[in-house]
Amino acid sequence: MTSKKKWLSVPYLFWSGLFIIVPLGMILYYGLTDRTGAFTLENITAIASAGHAKALRLSLLLSLISTIICFLLAYPLAMILSQIQVKRHNFIILIFILPMWMNFLLRTLAWQTLLEKNGVINHVLTFLHLPALKIINTPAAIILGMVYNFLPFMILPLYNALSKIDINVINAAHDLGADHIYTFFRIILPLSIPGIISGITMVFIPALTTFVISSLLGGGKLLLIGDVIDLEFTKTSNWHLGSGLSMVLMIFILINMVLSAIFDKDGEGSML
Amino acid sequence: MKNAAKKIYIGLIILFLYAPIGTLMVLSLNASKTRAKWGGFSIKWYIALFQNEEILRALVNTLLIALLSSLVATMIGTIACIAMTGMKRQAKSILMGITNIPMLNADIVTGVSLMLLYISLGIRFGMGTILLSHITFNIPYVILSVMPRMKQLNPSTFEAALDLGSSHINAFFKVVFPDLLPGILSGFLMAFTMSLDDFIITHFTKGVGVDTLSTKIYTEIKKGIKPEMYALSSLIFVTVLTLLILINLSPDKKEKK
Amino acid sequence: MNKELIQLIDISKSFDGQMVLDELNLSIHENEFVTLLGPSGCGKTTTLRILGGFASPDTGRVVFDGQDITRIPPNKRQLNTVFQKYALFTHMTIAENIAFGLKIKKKTKSYIDDKIRYALKLVNLEGYENRMPDSLSGGQQQRIAIARAIVNEPKVLLLDEPLGALDLKLRQEMQYELIRMKNELGITFVYVTHDQEEALTMSDTIVVMNQGYIQQIGSPESIYNEPENAFVADFIGDSNIIPATMIKDELVEILGTRFACVDTGFGVNKPVDAVIRPEDVILVEPDNGSINGVVTHLIFKGVHYEMEVTANGYEWLVHSTTLYPVGKEVGIQVDPFNIQIMNKPESEDEEAVAIDI
Repeated sequence: MTSKKKWLSVPYLFWSGLFIIVPLGMILYYGLTDRTGAFTLENITAIASAGHAKALRLSLLLSLISTIICFLLAYPLAMILSQIQVKRHNFIILIFILPMWMNFLLRTLAWQTLLEKNGVINHVLTFLHLPALKIINTPAAIILGMVYNFLPFMILPLYNALSKIDINVINAAHDLGADHIYTFFRIILPLSIPGIISGITMVFIPALTTFVISSLLGGGKLLLIGDVIDLEFTKTSNWHLGSGLSMVLMIFILINMVLSAIFDKDGEGSML
Repeated sequence: MKNAAKKIYIGLIILFLYAPIGTLMVLSLNASKTRAKWGGFSIKWYIALFQNEEILRALVNTLLIALLSSLVATMIGTIACIAMTGMKRQAKSILMGITNIPMLNADIVTGVSLMLLYISLGIRFGMGTILLSHITFNIPYVILSVMPRMKQLNPSTFEAALDLGSSHINAFFKVVFPDLLPGILSGFLMAFTMSLDDFIITHFTKGVGVDTLSTKIYTEIKKGIKPEMYALSSLIFVTVLTLLILINLSPDKKEKK
Repeated sequence: MNKELIQLIDISKSFDGQMVLDELNLSIHENEFVTLLGPSGCGKTTTLRILGGFASPDTGRVVFDGQDITRIPPNKRQLNTVFQKYALFTHMTIAENIAFGLKIKKKTKSYIDDKIRYALKLVNLEGYENRMPDSLSGGQQQRIAIARAIVNEPKVLLLDEPLGALDLKLRQEMQYELIRMKNELGITFVYVTHDQEEALTMSDTIVVMNQGYIQQIGSPESIYNEPENAFVADFIGDSNIIPATMIKDELVEILGTRFACVDTGFGVNKPVDAVIRPEDVILVEPDNGSINGVVTHLIFKGVHYEMEVTANGYEWLVHSTTLYPVGKEVGIQVDPFNIQIMNKPESEDEEAVAIDI
């Protein structure tokens, strides 16, 4: 039985080796060599050049803000949802996955229509005698696009982690004299850390590395680090530089992976 | 009072998530070709859609890749889950760590790394490379859906089936498989959805002249999106929505624990 | 009896239009071990949740120590609860769990440390301060849940099926532990269970509940020996509940045979139910008893034999230390004071339940 089971792992071992591990090795190889194949650190130090550093700084700033906004929007929502009956669990998850069935580029593009000077939102705002929004083609619009696209990835792990908390644990805290605020900070928040870490990872990494949202909503003038890497691979064909910059991004990804490994040992914060 | 505030909050978030979808649906029924103004109600883009071979080909490509990649990923992923139950703790956690890489890694890094792989192996870019890439990022979704089911599985049921004279394969399909099925199905659906919605990885691993809907839209952005695209997206969305409502309305057959 | 500490007055509660408690009235005294006993859905847990403040009654009042606490939130009540499945804070150490309530009350560190040591000693888990809840067995977690509640010096401890998740041997051990703790603490315990043996072992007072009504309140002995209706008789222990006719005071006709009994006041020629515990049925040689019958089933139960004896068309359940093999003819004899007469159930509801269970 067991020996047969071991044999069953071969297809996946082969697959993950060839399509996950080897490609990452390729990035390391390209990132650490130049066109002649000689070892160099130039592709990595290139991040310090003015243009690249600026793109990275902007990416970090925008993705950080987006992650915080996503967290602040999603946590109360996940708390409300987690109080709904368990048998609706699948339905709730579906509501937040369903938008993905409409193409993500089109959905993001639709925000152009909504945000435009004469767009729907401004019509509503004018009707309510509120000042018009002028955020299209600004960093604010990129943040909105990021929040819009990645919010479900914050909601789902938080919802999952929060619905796993036994209602009697919260009752026990009240029973021992804790008010709602104390219970939240000492019981609910700490118990949802796996979901928080997972949610932050699922939002921060895609936001940090995105390259389409900026060109769709930012007017194409603001370059994010993702845009730079995309250009190196698809336009200038400097794979070595692109790989070197990817390696810089992977440092942030690694930090995130380590954090998730520490705080979410049992995969409790997973999305599903 | 408090409940009303909660409902309003849920409503606002859902509005935020679905407003662009509503916008696209309205645009698909707009007689005018530009997004900027409303030219009256029309279904002409829906008619035009079925004469636009390029879009239809992209649609077929998208669906084909989504279907094939999620099927293959479901098979590999499910088999991997079964294999992992027989593994030592350490080996298992290493494999789960590897599984998490495509989930946690940035799509752009996954995309360019696969691109470099195909170049080095001399594989020609096209449908094949897209398919391989999609299978790769789909497997983790399957594993993460099936694994919790696997843990809940009672090993004695499998042994009981063997004890009653059933063969290993027969015991698996008669006893274990039905218990795993909900996890396998949700993994498949998740994989299908992710494949359908992917742009970044496809962008780096597709060949010239081969397009999925995502990459087709991306190339159209600069020239201006054809309204047929809105029509197609709306059709897909409404179809899925209808299917889901039907599934949810049908009486719960399996209310067992 | 000690003074009244808690009064539940006309408490009604329904969920989704389903009546769970119907005008329930109950008094609980100081230093009493009260058990709410009944099948699932009888309203016992809801009663406890109303006491703890986790549910509020639709109508009625909860009075604690002379004060109306019906609308007071749980964190302001002088009661503490031991929850089903323990509800420990898994992200805190045992010491932090126990200190939780004391820290909120802003007690000094030395006071808290003393209390933790005292509580762990009380529950026999000294030295477990720095362990995490997940590393403890079910029984140990249960003790910690009790320790966490009692350090707050509640006047009343509410226990919601606390032993339900433990295995039989551990459950019996914990029953004695709980009695010991209660005597040491000198406080009131309100205990919810569906296990009649647990209730009989530990309680001063048992409140038998069914379908939102209290069926009987009394000491374990009176509940067991003098059940007031068929539901109580059937729910507490095994019993023969036999349709009978009360001929006159102290004389009952059971299955066509007249038995002397000690009950009075049921009237003349009135249909009643007679309850006879299986251990009170005495088997003798044929014709030496009141009725003759034949042994139809026999199981060895360790302490006694369990037999079924068919006599006058009724299968009598009999516990006896003497063995009568299957097929043997026997005589049945019952002492007058072991026959408990009950009125026939009045509502169809009550009857339905009696048959169901």
